[in-house]
Amino acid sequence: MKFGIVTFPGSNCDYDSYHAVADSLGLPAVYLWHKSTDLQGVDVVILPGGFSYGDYLRAGAIARFSPIMQEVATHARAGGPVLGICNGFQIACEAGLLPGALLRNANLQFVSDTVRIRVENADTMFTSRCEVGDVLRIPVAHGDGRFTADDNTLDRLEGEGRVVFRYVNEHGVPDAVANPNGSMRDIAGIISSEGNVLGLMPHPERAMEDLIGSADGRRIFESLLARVSA
Amino acid sequence: MSTAPSPRPGDPVITPALVAEHGLTEDEYERLVALLGRTPTFTELGIVSALWNEHCSYKHSRTHLRTLPTKAPYVLQGPGENAGVISIGDGWAIAFKIESHNHPSAVEPYQGAATGVGGILRDVFTMGARPIALLDSLRFGSLDSPRVRHLFGGVVKGIGDYGNCVGIPTVGGEIVFDPAYEGNPLVNAMCVGLLRETDLIRAAAEGVGNAIMAVGARTGRDGIHGASFASEDLSSASEAKRPMVQVGDPFTEKLLLEASLELIASGHIVAIQDMGAAGLTSSSAEMAARGDVGVSIDTSRVPVREEGMSPYEILLSESQERMLVVAKKGHEAQVRAILEKWDLSAAVIGEVIEQPVYRVTEGDRVVAEFPGSRLVSECPIYNPPAKEDPAVAERRAYDVHAIAERPEEKNPVWTLERMLSSPTIASKRWAYRQYDSTVRTSTVLRPGEGDAAVIRLRHTDRAIALKTDCNGRYVSLDPRVGAQIAVAEAARNVACTGARPMAITNCLNFGNPRRPEVYFQFTEAVRGMGEACVALGTPVTGGNVSFYNENPTGAVHPTPVVGMVGLIDSLSHITRSGFTSEGDDIVLLGEPTDELGGSEYLARVHDVAAGTPPRCDLAREKATIDALLEAIRAGGVRSAHDCSDGGLAVALAECCMADRDGTFGAEIELTKWGALPLRALLFGEAQARIVVSTADSPTVLAIARQHGVPARVLGQVRAREAGLTIRVGDRVIRAPLDRLARAYHDAIPDIMNAAIAEVAVLEQHPQPSGA
Repeated sequence: MKFGIVTFPGSNCDYDSYHAVADSLGLPAVYLWHKSTDLQGVDVVILPGGFSYGDYLRAGAIARFSPIMQEVATHARAGGPVLGICNGFQIACEAGLLPGALLRNANLQFVSDTVRIRVENADTMFTSRCEVGDVLRIPVAHGDGRFTADDNTLDRLEGEGRVVFRYVNEHGVPDAVANPNGSMRDIAGIISSEGNVLGLMPHPERAMEDLIGSADGRRIFESLLARVSA
Repeated sequence: MSTAPSPRPGDPVITPALVAEHGLTEDEYERLVALLGRTPTFTELGIVSALWNEHCSYKHSRTHLRTLPTKAPYVLQGPGENAGVISIGDGWAIAFKIESHNHPSAVEPYQGAATGVGGILRDVFTMGARPIALLDSLRFGSLDSPRVRHLFGGVVKGIGDYGNCVGIPTVGGEIVFDPAYEGNPLVNAMCVGLLRETDLIRAAAEGVGNAIMAVGARTGRDGIHGASFASEDLSSASEAKRPMVQVGDPFTEKLLLEASLELIASGHIVAIQDMGAAGLTSSSAEMAARGDVGVSIDTSRVPVREEGMSPYEILLSESQERMLVVAKKGHEAQVRAILEKWDLSAAVIGEVIEQPVYRVTEGDRVVAEFPGSRLVSECPIYNPPAKEDPAVAERRAYDVHAIAERPEEKNPVWTLERMLSSPTIASKRWAYRQYDSTVRTSTVLRPGEGDAAVIRLRHTDRAIALKTDCNGRYVSLDPRVGAQIAVAEAARNVACTGARPMAITNCLNFGNPRRPEVYFQFTEAVRGMGEACVALGTPVTGGNVSFYNENPTGAVHPTPVVGMVGLIDSLSHITRSGFTSEGDDIVLLGEPTDELGGSEYLARVHDVAAGTPPRCDLAREKATIDALLEAIRAGGVRSAHDCSDGGLAVALAECCMADRDGTFGAEIELTKWGALPLRALLFGEAQARIVVSTADSPTVLAIARQHGVPARVLGQVRAREAGLTIRVGDRVIRAPLDRLARAYHDAIPDIMNAAIAEVAVLEQHPQPSGA
């Protein structure tokens, strides 16, 4: 299975995503340049974190117009897996691959921390190696992570099992302190209606080894491997 | 060809007033006239004012900086380049440097701090190194002041927004609050980069005919005379100089970083330098001087942001995110192609010439011309009188033991809580939670997890440990000893994570050097720093001097900040600062004394900054570090924490509860030292002490003995519920962990969130405007 990691101008977690795939999982990974229109035959596209185009205008707003994103959208429409992490989640929302928007954190401060997220749906290609209720410890680092949508959209997401991760405290329960950005209904990650595009604010690619604090992010990658290889 | 430059139409006439406005003394102006053999043009006056100001010329510090040790077999690049470089084995090297951005941050904290980070990043990646970590050493006045809260909040946000966007983790540093920094905060940013030794590139222009290119952002009118601004005292008039503060664009910086590293790897260039302080002037003159060649620059070819900029403005602009590159002749197109890939521009603006002159033209018109590299080398050097302020000697002699205890101190738990809630000691999570510390997925010890930040080096079994340190109060009371302690404490801190101290970069923040009492502090501090660096085997590889840190009420504490790099030989040696396991023995390396002078206890509990700072025995420091490292390598150490600000009781409390994810209690027995005054025993800041937890205390004690280091088991790690219990003879001090943790973790958030709430109330309920 081959991973493609998109590099936009201002991406800064492309390198981390690359290492997560190539070093931690030992799988083939390539960088996909934003000006290119060639996905190089990758199976999974990662839209990495960072500040694409400096987050000017609005986080992710300009990246969606780059040439590579047209190819990513085609790949997604054909059912190809897309993992949007942090800024990549913002880009996926801006590109219409996922509903809702990510607004400035409620306390107006950038937040860098390790949070706990609870698996709400284990029946996705990104969480098949988890159980519902499992709590993963994953770093966050963002200024615009407050997931926001209208009530109908939120109800639909919940009803269709598309809320995949929620911020929780050390007891596995959502609360205002555990939610790092004021995200509606404590949502940390959602999935597309077809189940092939996952967007999440926490960084699973930063949680691949106990040495750097957590290896829980591997569960997401390993789920993907199991499902896509199957 | 040599044409005497002619004044441009519209240039002001050179008058004594204009010369003074440019910060040149009469003597310096005469020196300039002698160097040229004629009256300078306006452009030349601007150039010289930029190069001979303190910030760029080091005219008051050079003589003394030369006394610092700079050599070791592993030092690949010492002072004089954009950053120092040390070899760490297997062909890998570390580039690192610290620099001040105090003056801009005092008037515009957000941009001042942000551009400070930007500048230090460029200093490191222009050595061919990829930045892997940032640290910040910050000093502010008391957080009780709304102005200070504004500065603190703005600086933290500026640092975070810049580093986070570029994608370099901000992993550590220090933050100190002391009324001495009121009105003149210190903002020192350190960057550390990783490179292959073979990729090391220097900033020396060479090769007659090679093209000089400006790359990156366009040149605008911002920041003109920023470096001169940093070379004078801050005053109420400084606010009016806010336009001299540059504005940063971290997005462009990120592109410039990638483009520069690609450029260096491409082999198309021979030199690269940041256009930092004093912009194009400084970068081009320094590159020419280092390469011992002539350069000619045509300002009409520099890409500019606005029309009608004069050569004077173009030369002195401090617009950010710009680089000066010397490209190999005939490779200009390839250079341009790399920049264009990153949506940046590159323009040929001059060339390296055979004739030994520094020449600036505007089209065909020569607007400035200086002979040879004398522009840099002929800079005046000063060694003014140095004399200690008698008032300082008096404060040092003050008998601090005679200070009566406050009634509340009858309960030492009250004192301990008060110490832990001192903003200088309390958790800085409010700040570092705004810094991305995990990007690049190599941060092993993040802020709050160890005595130094630890970054692993991918594909090796090694890691580096990074820390900045300086106790300005000690330095103010005894500059020589204070500077020694700054080095020793930084070394101790990196050693606590399992690292061998390797080398330092320094940022010497002082007041006005023309005042003898300030110059005394400077010369003594440099002496002490040099002595400690020799004793601990940590050469100085570069740094920065920042004078004129004064405000209308006087100079700041002299603050020679040390940025230390240590090397960890095996990932298995990485050691945290907090206790990890119930039942472990707690061992103290080193011994308490009756010292209290200059302590945080006196400052926090009695509002006194006086007395003799703790003694610094450098041989003892070295032995303690060696013993600790041997114990860590032997596998006997589970945690190690330096005992410094706040003394032993604070260090023990921190080991129990500083890490929110693993809180422990402890039972401690200090009766052996029962004869010492209790407050000195608990809160005195005797040096060369480390609190270690271990499952194998016999080994740790045996190793300490071999190194001649006093060591003793103080007690055991207990469950959180047991709290922290300290016994001294019949006296039993029981501190519930929750109270200590609340004092330590909530102090700064409580102050800052209350301040934000005040602002929010004002914004939601605006006063009705008058009719």
